[in-house]
Amino acid sequence: MAKITINGKIFDVDPELTVIQAAAQNGIEIPHFCWHPKLTVSGNCRMCLVEIEKMPKLAIACSTRVADGMIVKTESDRVIKARQAVMEFLLINHPLDCPICDEAGECKLQDYSYKYSVGYSRFDENKVHKPKRVRLGPNVMLDVERCIMCSRCIRFSDEIAKQPVLTFTQRGTHVVLTTFPDTQLDNKYSMNVIELCPVGALTSTDFRFASRVWEMSSTDSICVGCSRGCNTHVWVRKNEILRLTPRFNEAVNSYWMCDSGRLNTFRTVNSQERLHSPMIRKDGVLVDVGWDEAIARAVSDLKSFKKSEIAGIASAFATNEDNYVFQKVMKEVIGTKNVDYVQHVEDDAGDELLIRADKTPNSLGTRQVGVRPAEGGLDITGILKGIEEGSIRALYVLEDDIAEDPRFAAALPNLQLLIVHASVNSKTARFADIVLSCSTFAEKNGTMTNFAGRVQRLRPAVATLEQDRAKDGFAMSRWDKFASQNDRWGRSVKKDARPTWRVLTAIANALGAKLKCTTAEEVFKEIAEKLPPFKGMNYINLGSQGANANAAESVSKQKVTA
Amino acid sequence: MGSTGKIIRKKDLSIWQKSYIPEIVKGLRQTIAEMFKPKFTIQYPEERFKPQPSFRGRPVLVQENEVERCVACGLCSRVCPALAIEVQASETPLEKERYPIKFEINMVRCIFCGFCEEVCPEEAIVMSNEYELVFSSQEEAVFGKDKLLKTTEELKDRLEFLRQNR
Repeated sequence: MAKITINGKIFDVDPELTVIQAAAQNGIEIPHFCWHPKLTVSGNCRMCLVEIEKMPKLAIACSTRVADGMIVKTESDRVIKARQAVMEFLLINHPLDCPICDEAGECKLQDYSYKYSVGYSRFDENKVHKPKRVRLGPNVMLDVERCIMCSRCIRFSDEIAKQPVLTFTQRGTHVVLTTFPDTQLDNKYSMNVIELCPVGALTSTDFRFASRVWEMSSTDSICVGCSRGCNTHVWVRKNEILRLTPRFNEAVNSYWMCDSGRLNTFRTVNSQERLHSPMIRKDGVLVDVGWDEAIARAVSDLKSFKKSEIAGIASAFATNEDNYVFQKVMKEVIGTKNVDYVQHVEDDAGDELLIRADKTPNSLGTRQVGVRPAEGGLDITGILKGIEEGSIRALYVLEDDIAEDPRFAAALPNLQLLIVHASVNSKTARFADIVLSCSTFAEKNGTMTNFAGRVQRLRPAVATLEQDRAKDGFAMSRWDKFASQNDRWGRSVKKDARPTWRVLTAIANALGAKLKCTTAEEVFKEIAEKLPPFKGMNYINLGSQGANANAAESVSKQKVTA
Repeated sequence: MGSTGKIIRKKDLSIWQKSYIPEIVKGLRQTIAEMFKPKFTIQYPEERFKPQPSFRGRPVLVQENEVERCVACGLCSRVCPALAIEVQASETPLEKERYPIKFEINMVRCIFCGFCEEVCPEEAIVMSNEYELVFSSQEEAVFGKDKLLKTTEELKDRLEFLRQNR
């Protein structure tokens, strides 16, 4: 261990660390643009200059190793003056177009201008003009004028995404970031450069000019695009998701997230195809009905079948709470042994960084909470065969579009009763006799277990008819807080959807069971009490970072500056 | 209290002063003098008041060369203490890149404070000299771009005033 002194305080640190890492570990922030904990050190922004005793000049904290007895000053007059000079140079050619720039509000250059700059410019000459609105790839826009040449995006493409297509050309103030001829930034992780970019040079084509960042609320959640379960921020304005961004979690996704998860997973939440309310089939047509009617119909229809004629298909797209209540209701209340779920594994779809071949976010959790055929019951192939042969006459399907599989699509018309929980007008829902509109991942509380056994929280970010933003503790923007009935911007569309476990509880209780859980948290409490993989867990100690199944050690206190 | 700061009690007054006649005469003299001065009263609505350029009437958007100056940065919306302004940005092929596809001011919420004008980095929203606002429903009180846009010609006085008082 090396003993170093930073701003008069003595710390014992690992001698392998650099000064900036040692400072960050001990809660001292040294301003920086080009340094990033997960990328190699390039040392070109010069923002992290610090004074080290016995060194004649100021040194950059990002590439200077700590040494025993080192005395570092990060706030001395020399350092402050040097920082102001660096800021002044960076701002010489940086356009003053913050009103137009999408980065405004979460821009490092903006923040540091307030913190470390003198507040005015001595530069009266014309700024250098460079290309604007350059499309680097399908998802990333470049404005070269705003670029401060930190090279984070270049290093990310080279080192993490393994697609080395970005480079600088020209010299001095004329440096231009560009792609090599005939290439474009189109890897599966290309959009991570948007968050990496400390300024607004790289912005999202999808989110372009959609909203100012301070107008949205941000909720900690997880991505449901594959079984990795990347940690995310869900950004919502007017009850509509506008973007997803990655959230740091060393145990799962580090700082990264794939483009597909970022762009595709929230489309179903905002979709035009969303169901307005529960539906039941009357005279061959699905019609919108109220919840009481739909539940009463499900109960009376289920009663008319023998236990062995009913089968249940759970879903790895649903939460642990949903699946737990489902298997419990199917096995203990309805009394069938035929419970299983469908796997969605796309071979060759996975890669080494984040993307997994298993396209469901919760397949391990589904098994852990007990979704499997009871002794002597049918598994998924048995259920399919049973439907084809006519021995299974009633099927209860959770949030899964099983009719995507042509064999199921062909077999489903054989059924006398098909009950489906669906959020959008899916193929399966079109076959159904009763459709129960369910909340999506962004509209409910719950947990999911990723492929490695990490149990993580989902939090509601979008309000449904049965939830209220303020009462149910949602993250709220200024607009949410002050909206009244008379404001056009306050009138957001709310869907009549309910979490699956809640509807299942209502159906079970109507069938004579006595399930008492009224919140997802209570369901999870029951899971944690009964099932060993979840032992000792609760919503509080899962925190924002989740915990590994079996070992409920919360790591929610981890903090690293990006 | 007199102008000298000395406190005068009733017992100190002379009989002449106690009669109030000198004070009544003073007051009447003032009144009669005012009667012959020019009148300030305006016979509204036959006559209309023309405000000075410093007047803060309803906020409007400045239109220059057929397009609004506004780049939809949303600062007016953020600074508005009454949350009267809603802006939705979109992309334009023009050099400014960004423009408001929707710009609405709820005139029932607006308190005419002029913060939006003060914060605007483009001098795109200014307080006009219009003070007559009539609506018969909440919906009608929400002014869209159609009602908000005013040309630089129409707003010449205000823009000049802002330039001088920057």
